[in-house]
Amino acid sequence: MTVTADQAHVGFGRRMRKEDARFLRGKGNYVDDFVLPGMLHGAVLRSPYAHARLVSIDTTAAEAHPKVRAVITGALLETLKLAWIPSLSHDVVAVLATDKVRFHGQEVAFVVADDRYSARDALELIDVEYEPLPPVIDARRALDPDAAVIRDDIEGKADNHIFDWEAGDKAATEAAFADADVVVAQDILYPRVHPAPLETCGAIADMDKVTGKLTIYCTTQAPHAHRTLYAIVAGLPEHKIRIVSPDIGGGFGNKVGIYPGYVLAVVGSILTGRPVKWVEDRSENLMSTSFARDYHMHTEIASTREGKILAMRVNVLADHGAFNNTAQPTKFPAGFFHIFTGSYDYPSAYCTVKGVYTNKAPGGVAYACSFRITEAAYAVERIVDCLAYELDMDPAELRMKNLLRAEQFPYKSPTGWEYDSGDYPRTLQKAMEIAGYDELRREQAEKRERGELMGIGLSFFTEGVGAGPRKHMDILGLGMADGAELRVHPTGKAVVRISVQSQGQGHETTFAQIVSEITGIPSDDIDVVHGDTDNTPFGLGTYGSRSTPVSGAAVAVAAKRVVDKAKIIAAAMMEVSPDDIEVDKGTFSIKGDPTMSKTIQEVALAAHGPMELPEGVEGHLDAACVYDPPNLTYPYGAYICVVEVDPSTGAVKVRRFVAVDDCGTRINPMIVEGQIHGGLADGIGMALMEVIAFDEDGNCLGGSFMDYQLPTAMECPSWELGETVTPSPHHPIGAKGVGESATVGSPAAVVNAVMDALKPYGVRHADMPLTPAQVWRTIQGRPFRTDLAITD
Amino acid sequence: MQVPAPFDYERATSVDEAIALLERHGEEARLIAGGHSILPLMKLRFATPEVLVDINDLTELQRIWVAGDLLCIGAMVRHADLLASAVVGEHYRILHDAERVIADPVVRNRGTIGGSLCHADPAEDLSAALGAIRADVVIKGSGGERVVPVRELQTGPFETVVGPAEILTEIRLPIRPGTGSAYTKVERRAGDYAIAAAGAVVRLEDDKISEVGLGLAAVGAPHFVASRAEDAVRGRSADDAAIDLAAQIASEECEPATDQRGPADYKRALAGELVKRALRTAIARCRGQEA
Amino acid sequence: MQVTVKVNGEEYTREVEPRLLLVHFLRDELGLTGTHWGCDTSNCGVCVVQVDGTPVKSCTMLAAMAGGHEVRTVEGLEQDGELDPIQQGFMTEHGLQCGFCTPGMMLTARWLLDRNPHPSDAEIREAISGNLCRCTGYENIVRAVRWAADHPRVSETEEVAAS
Repeated sequence: MTVTADQAHVGFGRRMRKEDARFLRGKGNYVDDFVLPGMLHGAVLRSPYAHARLVSIDTTAAEAHPKVRAVITGALLETLKLAWIPSLSHDVVAVLATDKVRFHGQEVAFVVADDRYSARDALELIDVEYEPLPPVIDARRALDPDAAVIRDDIEGKADNHIFDWEAGDKAATEAAFADADVVVAQDILYPRVHPAPLETCGAIADMDKVTGKLTIYCTTQAPHAHRTLYAIVAGLPEHKIRIVSPDIGGGFGNKVGIYPGYVLAVVGSILTGRPVKWVEDRSENLMSTSFARDYHMHTEIASTREGKILAMRVNVLADHGAFNNTAQPTKFPAGFFHIFTGSYDYPSAYCTVKGVYTNKAPGGVAYACSFRITEAAYAVERIVDCLAYELDMDPAELRMKNLLRAEQFPYKSPTGWEYDSGDYPRTLQKAMEIAGYDELRREQAEKRERGELMGIGLSFFTEGVGAGPRKHMDILGLGMADGAELRVHPTGKAVVRISVQSQGQGHETTFAQIVSEITGIPSDDIDVVHGDTDNTPFGLGTYGSRSTPVSGAAVAVAAKRVVDKAKIIAAAMMEVSPDDIEVDKGTFSIKGDPTMSKTIQEVALAAHGPMELPEGVEGHLDAACVYDPPNLTYPYGAYICVVEVDPSTGAVKVRRFVAVDDCGTRINPMIVEGQIHGGLADGIGMALMEVIAFDEDGNCLGGSFMDYQLPTAMECPSWELGETVTPSPHHPIGAKGVGESATVGSPAAVVNAVMDALKPYGVRHADMPLTPAQVWRTIQGRPFRTDLAITD
Repeated sequence: MQVPAPFDYERATSVDEAIALLERHGEEARLIAGGHSILPLMKLRFATPEVLVDINDLTELQRIWVAGDLLCIGAMVRHADLLASAVVGEHYRILHDAERVIADPVVRNRGTIGGSLCHADPAEDLSAALGAIRADVVIKGSGGERVVPVRELQTGPFETVVGPAEILTEIRLPIRPGTGSAYTKVERRAGDYAIAAAGAVVRLEDDKISEVGLGLAAVGAPHFVASRAEDAVRGRSADDAAIDLAAQIASEECEPATDQRGPADYKRALAGELVKRALRTAIARCRGQEA
Repeated sequence: MQVTVKVNGEEYTREVEPRLLLVHFLRDELGLTGTHWGCDTSNCGVCVVQVDGTPVKSCTMLAAMAGGHEVRTVEGLEQDGELDPIQQGFMTEHGLQCGFCTPGMMLTARWLLDRNPHPSDAEIREAISGNLCRCTGYENIVRAVRWAADHPRVSETEEVAAS
């Protein structure tokens, strides 16, 4: 039998994906699949030191290699004013080191050769002399008076401080803490981790000297933003730059920024007059591209003796690496961390975030973090469990007691967020029912009698996604509003061009479904175009779960405009007033006389034809929209994780994971569930095995998949999903977005479960990843720091 | 992706030809069997041999057979084939236990028992399992064959007594009726190297431990075995006290190093715990009690 | 050196460096870009192809070593224009998102089903434990393999009925 996609499908609902046809046959078009005529290959030479003066670089031998076409150093880039480029956070990033190297793996030179093997060989022919300097590795020591100054390239810089930021009401929070019966404080580390998509980052730069057009095929989640940035930074005319983001093998926030390798490929192409391809290897990806998290959070919660939360306070030390290159709306240096108040009802909260430089790779905002909401959600869900521990109260009961109630929405949080909609207790209740919570607690009690360690961990999270209203949210002056263009052809087929492209989220399917739902045109008759800046409208790209909330809204509005115009034309075709027309998914009929109707396909043909159109109505059937979201949307969920822990070995087995998500309207439930499954696996990874640590010399200890461990099918249980649906009141189709929800909510559920299992040992907290070694040491009462090399 | 430095490639069609090629090319020639130890090293350029001699065509080394009271395994037998072999599972459950947790199923299709032994990675499981079994290996050179106890094969991390123009051809396991064996491993994640692993091989006579072999991987046990622990329990009743004693001494005699898999104190405790579990299961299997 | 490899039923002879990895031979020499690469340490499995019917990480094999052998890549799963049940299962059960791990994952799964036509979920998970995925959380991959197990090729069922 042959399975085919449902040809006549209209609207929302479970349906198979259009894009699968090419992926299943091995006919995807990822960056490394492209071969351009005359194409050369680039390779980057990287620093073996975390902090060192760059004394000299001798490229003579490399240049003499018969297959090498160009060798680029920082000195050459300086002449082009490209040695440093602006970062996304009011800092500068080195493309190639000029004076110093500032992290293990930093780019030092670039070779362009005939093939990738020769390029790799030529790297060994470059002779670099370094003078090692003491590195700053421990973020908690970065502001010590005797710490080496990393950014001496910044005039007047005498320390490693980047910024201070705060949110909330400091005085009210202090007062609340002073009066509280119970105060629980806990240092909580969210260690440095990495998005590690299976396809690494890369680009093919092709500068056509004749036309002056620069085409860059690139693994980018934000092609239009890249185009504008190249124009501003490199001084190239923007209409002469084309960014093509083809099929992407996973993004997860790793593919948002412009990496030095891309710039070097562009320079290489300009110098050689030929296309230059640069695709990084896995160690480069893990060691130098955007890491995630690395937040040291001193977290406090105040409550009554009965468990009514009164206030929360967090002081964060944020490790940003050697350059501040976090990608978040410019006005928010700590992203959306101030949503740390979470899903609970209490009046006072305050946070500070202090950003520091260290001799590590730059980044921080990545790996489905929703702009630091992963950090915030982890902090609140961990501290709530710590509070439950101190009060000796069931963590579900404590949460239920404090969750926001449906009638409180829209809810203004203590730090200024306006949560749009939700019925939190119902969602938690549903999760508990699916899990059989009471039964699990009984089982746990029995096992505890026998000395067996079983743990049940909860996590209830609220996200704020879909950045964002342009007056509040821009990245380097580019407002986060996105465009969409819908065009219906004469024969009733359609094409929708969007600004957000897919790295696996299924946009070619789901966006067609949005148009289909509103216009009644079958999904298969709608082509979705994305990823190429030459033929798509401007937007800020796919990340922060913003595709559905922002671009999905733009598409919905454009589709609605098409339907409105079609209604007018249909009325004219049937010689009635538009007020006499009833619209039902692509059929325009006269009220009271359903035999008289026109399909949208008939309207499309007529709109392209010779008929006289009403006054003010132009021909053809298309519409555009630039959607400026009035607010973020707020998906949320309740997760329950069940683990077994072997006390003698420290090994953790995740037995069950229940996830009930509320992301508003679900365009394609199959795709929504797939997104959630993926994020839940992330939680297992981060909670139990993933970390990028450094030794005291600054060597990166997570630079391969041997060291940076990702979960396999054997570590993941069979996910048990449930749903509640609370539409967003301000989104045109009530959808909230779901791409990052599970990554946000799951780590706390797993960690809370393990800590719950260890409760008989008097353990309240230990830092991720909870590897067997960490669990065993925690049981012994001696957990270790996971961001540094393990020592005796 | 990382790629190796240039080298020449030769393909051997017989063991003698492989030896001749090694002799001709000298110290800069290396054998390649499954390739999953040497190629990753070459891609990272930690190893840069000038010649690779491909021995994957040596079908004569891909057999498993019984010769009298010896179970013989050709050096080119793949991990997957060892795991699938009924005769191996019949005599030495420890090898099936170990193979199930070596690397991943796809890598096991290529990696070989000979390759694993000769690579001599201190965290490598078969070295510990075969050490517990007290197997012998056959090493062939142009001068003939020699038989070396597997416990004398590895002289240090990534170092063996196999000479530059020699090839390990066969592993010989003694078949002794009434043997029970088991292997157990703790890893951070499926497919990872062991944080610690232990294997036990026992024979009982009148419920006393008449023969015992205890193997340890990844914890710096000399020659992958806990020989003092073996000596301490040989001849004793096969009871919990003996098992605990073996575990305690094994834990003391190994020398684990602190690394990102864990601190030394944890690994030491883990080694003891795993010896306990492996020995307990091996004894139960001896008695026909455990499935 | 010259190497001759049979790939998806067709023989190819090329002049290559001995150090050329099989994955690059397939992608760059033969233009079969369905096989991907994703790491440096033979962990991720996106490069898996079948060599003589057995899944192998093609990043850890030289093209020279594949000389004289038969390689099957994802492009060879389809037969006479009809998708293999494993491909149909992945489509029906949403077993792929970005598609990067999918070719290797399907070839490993195909091999599992050829040896074990009715695997348990645990057996499926173990069989694919050398193939990483960052998008799906593995759930729908397991369902896809189960779908393929439940819907074998018609010719296969005829063979089974006849035996």
